[in-house]
Amino acid sequence: MSSGAIPFALSMVVLLIGLYAIIAKANVVKIIIGILITDYAVNLFLVLLGYRHGGRAPIVTKADLDTSGGVSMGFVNTSVDPVPQALILTSIVIGLAVAAMMVALALRLHDKYGTFDITRIRRLKG
Amino acid sequence: MTPHSPRGGSGMTIIVKSTTRIVTAFIMLFGTTIVLYGHVTPGGGFAGGVIIAAAFALIVLAFGKTLAGRFVTGTTASVWDSAAATAFLFVGVLGYLGGCFFWNFLRPPQSGRFTLFKLYSAGSILLSNTAIGMKVGMGLLGVFLALSVFRPRREEGEGHE
Amino acid sequence: MTNILPLVVALPLGAGFLSPLLGKSRRGESMAALLALGIGFANLAISVALFTTTEPLVYWIGFWNAPVGISMAVDGLTRLLLLTTSLVALAALVFSIAYMRRFTATGLYYSLLMLMVAGMNGVIVTGDLFNLYVFLEVASISSYGLVAFGTEHEELEASFKYLILGSIGSLFILLGIGILYNLTGQLNMALVADSLAGRGANRAMTLAAAFFLMGFGLKAALVPFHAWLPDAHPSAPAPISAMLSGVLIKASGVYALARIVFNVMGPSAAHADVLTALGALSMVVGVFLAVGQWDFKRLLGYHSISQMGYIVLAIGVAAQVMSPRGSGDEALAGLLLFGGLFHLFNHAAFKSLLFLSSGSLEQQAGTRMLKELGGMRRRMPVTAFCCRIGALSIAGVPPFNGFFSKLVIVVALALAGKWLLAALAVFVAMMTLVSFLKVQRTVLEGETPERLAGVREAPYPMQSGMLILATVCLLGGPLVVWLRGWLLDPAAASLLTRAAGYAALFSPRGGP
Repeated sequence: MSSGAIPFALSMVVLLIGLYAIIAKANVVKIIIGILITDYAVNLFLVLLGYRHGGRAPIVTKADLDTSGGVSMGFVNTSVDPVPQALILTSIVIGLAVAAMMVALALRLHDKYGTFDITRIRRLKG
Repeated sequence: MTPHSPRGGSGMTIIVKSTTRIVTAFIMLFGTTIVLYGHVTPGGGFAGGVIIAAAFALIVLAFGKTLAGRFVTGTTASVWDSAAATAFLFVGVLGYLGGCFFWNFLRPPQSGRFTLFKLYSAGSILLSNTAIGMKVGMGLLGVFLALSVFRPRREEGEGHE
Repeated sequence: MTNILPLVVALPLGAGFLSPLLGKSRRGESMAALLALGIGFANLAISVALFTTTEPLVYWIGFWNAPVGISMAVDGLTRLLLLTTSLVALAALVFSIAYMRRFTATGLYYSLLMLMVAGMNGVIVTGDLFNLYVFLEVASISSYGLVAFGTEHEELEASFKYLILGSIGSLFILLGIGILYNLTGQLNMALVADSLAGRGANRAMTLAAAFFLMGFGLKAALVPFHAWLPDAHPSAPAPISAMLSGVLIKASGVYALARIVFNVMGPSAAHADVLTALGALSMVVGVFLAVGQWDFKRLLGYHSISQMGYIVLAIGVAAQVMSPRGSGDEALAGLLLFGGLFHLFNHAAFKSLLFLSSGSLEQQAGTRMLKELGGMRRRMPVTAFCCRIGALSIAGVPPFNGFFSKLVIVVALALAGKWLLAALAVFVAMMTLVSFLKVQRTVLEGETPERLAGVREAPYPMQSGMLILATVCLLGGPLVVWLRGWLLDPAAASLLTRAAGYAALFSPRGGP
């Protein structure tokens, strides 16, 4: 494995940790935490895709303009890819909505069943 | 930290309350700046909205749910949330009326009326960002209030999400 | 014509945002219902209006062209899916007017339903991979809320299960999109397809394909990923069950998968084999789980898995034919896709119809357990008529639409040399017939239990909702040749457009 692939492999390890929590844990709260860990692993993976070694943040300042008023090629060639960052920002917002939904459902579930243990939240079967 | 009952309406100590009184306005101002300058600096509607929601959350934590509930409730937050979402869509529809959905109607492509890195340099993106900032701020506040006000052991009848 | 395209997303989205503003009073909730109903009609009008031309249409949002802009693209497949979605949505909305009276906070119900419609329409019309993910999440998150709408024990449990599996599916889809972006540097589907067309299979693409299959497989409830569907779909209010089973699993599962497999990545042999296997497995396992069910809605949920198996099987074998290893016979692949897409359309009609009639029975008789019902033919003639049409259609009895789509699938499988799969499809159709004969016998025929002697027919809005879909089921069969000409063959043709051709259809044209 080349050294450039290590961060990607590590983000996949984080993803697997999250999936493990979802599959192996019986507590609703721990499952929610598992989903959040998986979510962050995917975000980490995406932001790594846009990374360029030694690149700088893709924020244009006045120094980065060329004479015609456009963004200079020097800036384009040294900054990291901003698209994955925009994507994960959207994905974080979606993750927030899902997290709020999950927590609300968990509260309601605890209200009805009096427990967070999914082995005891089992009315549906067949 | 709480000399009184932890779940009561009295909130936290005088130290926290005084600090909150002083810093809340600045936090909100900071959030507003992040929202308004979203098109020229890092940040924007979402980041600024979260900061504004955090300021409200600070008030609720410091002064307690009952006192804060007099000024803002889950319903108010929800109404503002929907209004802001509608406003965001309205910006898009205004562009649609001008020719293309989400067209930047304040800034035709050939216009040189704006200088870069100033507040008024991105046309209708400023309006969109403001709407998103309000949407996120009020939405998060609504979620926070809904989760903090939620009382376990069913007290209400058939409810909804 | 291109200019009305953003409205399919903007109108339901606007209705979804406005509904909570109308307030929680009785008047506000009626206004929300009226608004939603109006949007339902407008939605149908727009999707019909898109048929006035057969040209592919592309709309660049905000005058921003590729590669930075986000496009909306319409071809034959999009038109078919939009028409299906808006028909089912309209029937569900009409049905909701009377059905939702027993719930509180119906303003929020209509808001979530409209957001779900906006999300589904967005998934169908978008031409951008990341935009697809965003709309998928809009539709999914609102459906999580709608499944839990009753807030009783079962609804909450089903919604939680659905939410966990649904968000894992979404994350896999996002990972796949990220890999495709890294390979091509594009997010626009046409440009990604163009960029991928020249190269052969590589390991990154296989990984992306695996993520897509898992993610969309979870969304479409194909068999190893099906655990959530029989819980989530029956737990929702009946019109929502109809929307979820009728169109959501198709728009966010099968449609997106077919679009990515055929148009964006190009059908590879591995894709095709996995799809075929998943389809055959869902078809068989779903029907076996359904046969032993005595809960009407749960039975329908298992049949959804089985019928989705038919669709995915036809699409998978078509992909096999079109893959580099296959014969490349476009006529045969076209026939398979025609069968699969016709079954998609039919399944949307009859499964939604069955879910609506189960809701009508549940509301009027107070139970959905087959053993507790009986003799409903005399007590509720309209519901019984609609339920019978739906049951005969799904069972594949000759004059109805389900017969023709299953016939086409079986014949096309035989033509493709897949005799075993064809026999399996016939066998599953028999099992479906047996299962629905049981439903007919226990629910509609027989003695009315004494407890149900006072049951009356459902209110008129619920009847009209069911009759809309019953008409589609009745006409779908005899009109199959006509439907094929203007609706189904263009849809199949748009999937058969090879990757580079797909890019040519939706390539950026001149600016404003």
